[in-house]
Amino acid sequence: MTTLSRFDRYLPLVGVVGMIVVWYIGYWMRIVDPVLLPSPDATFAALWKGMTGGRLLYDFTQTVIRTFTAIAVASAIAIPLGIVLGSSERLYRSVEFVIDFFRSTPASAMFPLFLVIFGVGNATKIYVASFGAALVILFNVAYGVMNARKTRILAARVMGASRWQVMKDVVLMESLPQTFVGLRNGVSLALVIVVVAEMFIGSVDGLGFRVFEAQQLFDMPDMYAAIFAAGALGYGLNILFLLIEKSFVHWSGK
Amino acid sequence: MAMNAVSPIVGPYRTAFGPDGDPPAHITVRGLCKEFQGDVIYQDFNLDIPRGKFSSIFGPNGCGKSTLINLISGLIPLDRGTILFGGKTLSETRIGYVFQNYREALFPWMSAFDNIRYALKLRKVPEPEATERVNRLVSRLGVKLDLTRYPYGMSGGQQQLVSIMRALVVEPEVLFLDEPFSALDYEMTLFMREQLQKIFEETGTTMVLVSHDLEEAVYLADYVLLLSRRPARIADFPHVPMARPRNDLTLADTGFVELKSHCLRIFQREVHR
Repeated sequence: MTTLSRFDRYLPLVGVVGMIVVWYIGYWMRIVDPVLLPSPDATFAALWKGMTGGRLLYDFTQTVIRTFTAIAVASAIAIPLGIVLGSSERLYRSVEFVIDFFRSTPASAMFPLFLVIFGVGNATKIYVASFGAALVILFNVAYGVMNARKTRILAARVMGASRWQVMKDVVLMESLPQTFVGLRNGVSLALVIVVVAEMFIGSVDGLGFRVFEAQQLFDMPDMYAAIFAAGALGYGLNILFLLIEKSFVHWSGK
Repeated sequence: MAMNAVSPIVGPYRTAFGPDGDPPAHITVRGLCKEFQGDVIYQDFNLDIPRGKFSSIFGPNGCGKSTLINLISGLIPLDRGTILFGGKTLSETRIGYVFQNYREALFPWMSAFDNIRYALKLRKVPEPEATERVNRLVSRLGVKLDLTRYPYGMSGGQQQLVSIMRALVVEPEVLFLDEPFSALDYEMTLFMREQLQKIFEETGTTMVLVSHDLEEAVYLADYVLLLSRRPARIADFPHVPMARPRNDLTLADTGFVELKSHCLRIFQREVHR
């Protein structure tokens, strides 16, 4: 990796400033109808106001709670199951198609089904997000277990490790980097599903609801503010999981 | 004594160790058969590996050098045959094994120290005693390494040294080394050979080294096991009488050079057979 010079560190800001400049130009030159595109300052004012004691903060928190609950439910099911499936390649191969099929099915398409089963409450949103995230986590955990380095397993076995010790001390540790990849992808997916679910009937809060309601009320600064809040949340979750990953699996990729 | 149950090998190679069965055999391989995807690698293969000596295994590519020590150390199952360690079975024997690929053999989630101590943990040695034993091994070998580091933060040679220590810490009766230095650069290889020679002199453990480098195989060994193309037979099993510690002068020694070219002739005969 090349070391960045002092100024190179600020390169990511170029895109941000560029985007705001283009936005201002578009706004001032009336390229887009000002009703559809508010000024950046109006948007950021709405974001600030909403996130400092406004309604947006409440919706933001609701989405965070749902996403974390979903990922917790998904992990509780998918991690143990992934370990079991991954520890026998034949077992995994026999359910692989089902997993791949439902992993490829947009979880949002399952939402009406979940509505019928679980009703229009909060649980439905969490469960449908868990469903999507669980399959991603399951797939990654199983592959992490299956792809454990053979040499490490042999090394433990030749030192006298039992099957259980090999599993606990080697295979589980070996699967951790891939498990974290699954968790990171899973949390992104869970957020997407939660936000979509919040736009559906029966929702009273959450970022999806906020975006949808602001749009219905034609309150564009509020709508953009909610979109940015959702973006910041997604980005933040990714960073958070990367940090957890770095401290938990410091050896990943080395 | 179960040892008596092992029948002596008939033929010239048992006597290669010297007169009157000295040194005594440590590992006895009898009637070993192994096929791999239809290829016969070993067919009724017999071998004695001497106790307390350093044996190198050398032979044509794909003849089953590594397979042999993997079979002996139980990493891959045999089709048929018996392998005993001084009359004991594998499960009754403490063995150490050093892999070619140290990067994939060490556990990157443990510090170097914990990697070494893990071998003792598997032997149910209580932690304080295990720590003590690792420290004793470190000072005995005179290793100057920061063992609190993780393996991935170390050089290849350091990692392989940690691997060797992990194998040695349980005080194995036999230490197997599968091309341990072939992933290292030349300078590090030379350094590690000296380290290994020192460790061998220090511990007197029966060592079995698989090498693809004839000079290394002869330089380190008391006995050089030369294998034929598969199905592998013993092509020769000469004694290397040069005194230890060996050094650069040994490499230039007439006896050494002659022995090496003898091995090379056998090797080429087997390759072109």
